[in-house]
Amino acid sequence: MTWITKPKLHHPTLTKNKVGYTRRDYEGRISTLCAGCGHDSISAAIIQACWELDIQPHRVAKLSGIGCSSKTPDYFLGASHGFNTVHGRMPSVLTGANLANRDLLYLGVSGDGDSASIGLGQFANAMRRGVRMAYIVENNGVYGLTKGQFSATADRGSKSKKGVVNSDSPVDLVGLALQLGATYVARSFSGDKEQLVPLIKGAMEHGGAAFIDVISPCVTFNNHAGSTKSYDYVREHNDAVSRIDFITSRDEITTSYAPGELVEVPQHDGTTLRLRKLHQEYDPTDRLAAMTYMHKQQARGEIVTGLLYVDPLATDLHTALNTSEHALNSFNAAQLCPGSKALEKINAALR
Amino acid sequence: MQRTDTANPAWFHKVVDCQWACPAHTPVPEYIRLIAQGRYDDAYMINWASNVFPGVLGRTCDRPCEPACRRGRVEENNGAHPEPVAICRLKRVAADMKGAVKSRMPAVAAKNGKRVACVGAGPASLTVARDLAPLGYDVTVFDGEARAGGFIRSQIPRFRLPESVIDEETGYILDLGVTFKSGQRIDSMKALLAENYDAVFVGCGAPRGRDLDVPGRKEAAANIHIGIDWLASVSFGHITSIGKRVIVLGGGNTAMDCCRSSKRLGGADVKVIVRSGFEEMKASPWEKEDAMHEGIPIINYHVPKTFVHENGKLTGMTFEIVRAEYDAKGRRSLVPTGEPDAFFPCDDVLVAVGQENAFPWIERDCGIEFDQWGLPKLGAETHQSTVAKVFFGGDAAFGPKNIITAVAHGHEAAVSIDRFLHGEDVRQRPAPMTNLVSQKMGIHEWSYDNDTSNDARFKVPWAKAEMALASIKVEVELGFDAATAFKEAERCLNCDVQTVFTESACIECDACVDICPTDCLTITKNGDETDLRTRLTAPSRHLEQGLYVSGELKTGRIMAKDEDVCLHCGLCAERCPTGAWDMQKFRLDTTKAGSACRNGAQVKVREEVAA
Repeated sequence: MTWITKPKLHHPTLTKNKVGYTRRDYEGRISTLCAGCGHDSISAAIIQACWELDIQPHRVAKLSGIGCSSKTPDYFLGASHGFNTVHGRMPSVLTGANLANRDLLYLGVSGDGDSASIGLGQFANAMRRGVRMAYIVENNGVYGLTKGQFSATADRGSKSKKGVVNSDSPVDLVGLALQLGATYVARSFSGDKEQLVPLIKGAMEHGGAAFIDVISPCVTFNNHAGSTKSYDYVREHNDAVSRIDFITSRDEITTSYAPGELVEVPQHDGTTLRLRKLHQEYDPTDRLAAMTYMHKQQARGEIVTGLLYVDPLATDLHTALNTSEHALNSFNAAQLCPGSKALEKINAALR
Repeated sequence: MQRTDTANPAWFHKVVDCQWACPAHTPVPEYIRLIAQGRYDDAYMINWASNVFPGVLGRTCDRPCEPACRRGRVEENNGAHPEPVAICRLKRVAADMKGAVKSRMPAVAAKNGKRVACVGAGPASLTVARDLAPLGYDVTVFDGEARAGGFIRSQIPRFRLPESVIDEETGYILDLGVTFKSGQRIDSMKALLAENYDAVFVGCGAPRGRDLDVPGRKEAAANIHIGIDWLASVSFGHITSIGKRVIVLGGGNTAMDCCRSSKRLGGADVKVIVRSGFEEMKASPWEKEDAMHEGIPIINYHVPKTFVHENGKLTGMTFEIVRAEYDAKGRRSLVPTGEPDAFFPCDDVLVAVGQENAFPWIERDCGIEFDQWGLPKLGAETHQSTVAKVFFGGDAAFGPKNIITAVAHGHEAAVSIDRFLHGEDVRQRPAPMTNLVSQKMGIHEWSYDNDTSNDARFKVPWAKAEMALASIKVEVELGFDAATAFKEAERCLNCDVQTVFTESACIECDACVDICPTDCLTITKNGDETDLRTRLTAPSRHLEQGLYVSGELKTGRIMAKDEDVCLHCGLCAERCPTGAWDMQKFRLDTTKAGSACRNGAQVKVREEVAA
């Protein structure tokens, strides 16, 4: 790791966004991950996305579990709320936080070990409940902190750094998310910020459970020939179904597109996701077709990336549970303690 | 763009803005690091080898390095007042705090039988002597004054430069076995050439102060003085007082020295009056500040009209008031405003409106040709005149400049003389000596302090005004103490520690692009320079700052680095998993006279450097 802090001095032209912050204001402490780790690129993409969205840092809660990936919330959004949970338990803690305070933007950061092994049940249930969050899995296919054993997302047949071939089937997190009812499902690559930044922006503005599987090469243990999660392999097998532009109401739309090339997905908050389709036949609002296409391509060793599925009419857990419209911390004493009459009424109803 | 050719010594040299801007190409960051380490002797000797007069220049240099300093650009929009590193004042620290360096001066070789005459004992001549005497040349320096130094001694007031510093630094050179013929002003080039020196170097300066021919000049002559002559008389103690009310005409550094000297010799009401606007004055900004700090007003846009006198006794001056107008081409003309002329009463006037070359002692039929401006016809780099064995340098060569330029000329002329006296073509110039070495000491450990300081520029303490103004010999600036010098030295960005990129090692993981605090790096498709500069991570603001471009990477893209505001913090190299980025110290020393500058020493001719 680097011993010095990142110098405060910035480029003289660094600009402020609508809420008065520069991109550098969204940074956190300097990374302690290995040099060249894909996770650091994802952190940079999150910083860029939050700056572009004019998000006030104190309106974000970033939660994570355990692992290399789950250390990263220390390296971005230094002025946001953070919770580093028990291994694999980020989705539960996030669900609780979200129920208590629905006004914050929730960013769940996890890894392949944290979400596909120990936390698989937590992941599945957060997705099926539709907890409104941007759930980012930094997926490198190995356990980096314990010297590079295969993780649950390692592809069958891929080779470890020592030359061992993986015989187990991989957990397909994108497939699970689609199946379990996530309403925004994407896959991307840490080495392609042009694709990743708009995907994160879309996820953070999404009205329901948004899941992004980001393939993030482990330079120390999983960036060799024979790996299916190395920089070279992903670049060679990247099959992007779409490019998205994230359009806020103030942006002007200037580019023109051929018919059928474009899908516009209005979001609940008035923004628009504009998908530039790279495959004519691909329909990102058809869950079943998305799953079929992905499985087909997976069998051929291709990695499908881009926004794979989006439900423009997504709703979330609060709607399902019909909860209060306001965060619990905004209630005053009278609202929290309605008095003995109200208690009697409740008791009477239970007799 | 083509892959950047870093084998050209000019590429990395240009990144070291201060060294590039210095006429003598002093390795600035190198000596600043040594100052931070408390190695003042070493810092001094690096300076001594390049600029010969570190103690003098540390007080008086025109410091072209400072406006060029990257720190000034980096601090823009990062603090209230962007300021370069106080390079000049750090040089003085090395000179002030060093121990005895006499033992480190070069050994003098056995005489080689060649005799070289230097005319004038100013910085240019002394540099020639410094470079040639240790090689075994028999160098004789002639000067009309009793002691060496030239304009350094006669023009710069003592309150800016104590005489002891001049004595010390001219002494180091004269002690190298140089013969100094003091009090011998050369008044005939023909006679000098007749003495059969193997080479003659003319470093006699530009000794004639320009006069101002307006009505009343002749009649009131007793109280009108030419600035540079007056300063010399003050310097040698011939003049010790001046009238109560003094007007200094002119806007250059000489005018600043004149007004501040007057203030110390009895002038109570001293003012500087200048034709041009305040901003266009030739004086360095800090010299103007120093004068104003001492309560001297600078009145601009006043053109001298007449000297007013009563029966030959000067009583004042009248001025026409003007304003600046610029034509379509941006040329300035001064147009009268129509206001009534201004009158300023005074007892004495000092005319400091420029100086010019004068070579009355060079017979025009001795073979040395002069151009239409009265300057000798010289080779631009060789300094050789139309008489092969006569060379010019300093103000005498291309007109009045400054000390550091004179030193640079001296080095170049010494190379020419050395090659000439070895029968080699003087037009062939030696390449600089360069070295590029990785500074990696371990994982994320470097041999330099890569943690960037956030301090603003430190101010040099001054003597109390009433003490400073009481005597012309009290030095005004006191110099940094060791602790402040350390902190100021830490502001240096170590621009000589270069970011060196090896594209074959790059895996395009973006780690360097993400970490760079000043957004210098971009991985993108190649294009021509104009196009590429529009596609960088951060806007490119200074086109004269290089774009360091790699060859093709694995994905067909290229790495581009805008050198403009790089902090040289080394984070790109620390975050690089494959060592594609490395921090390597670039050392460039211009080749001085001696075996290294001669044929056979190096095959390469100095490459033309892209500006």
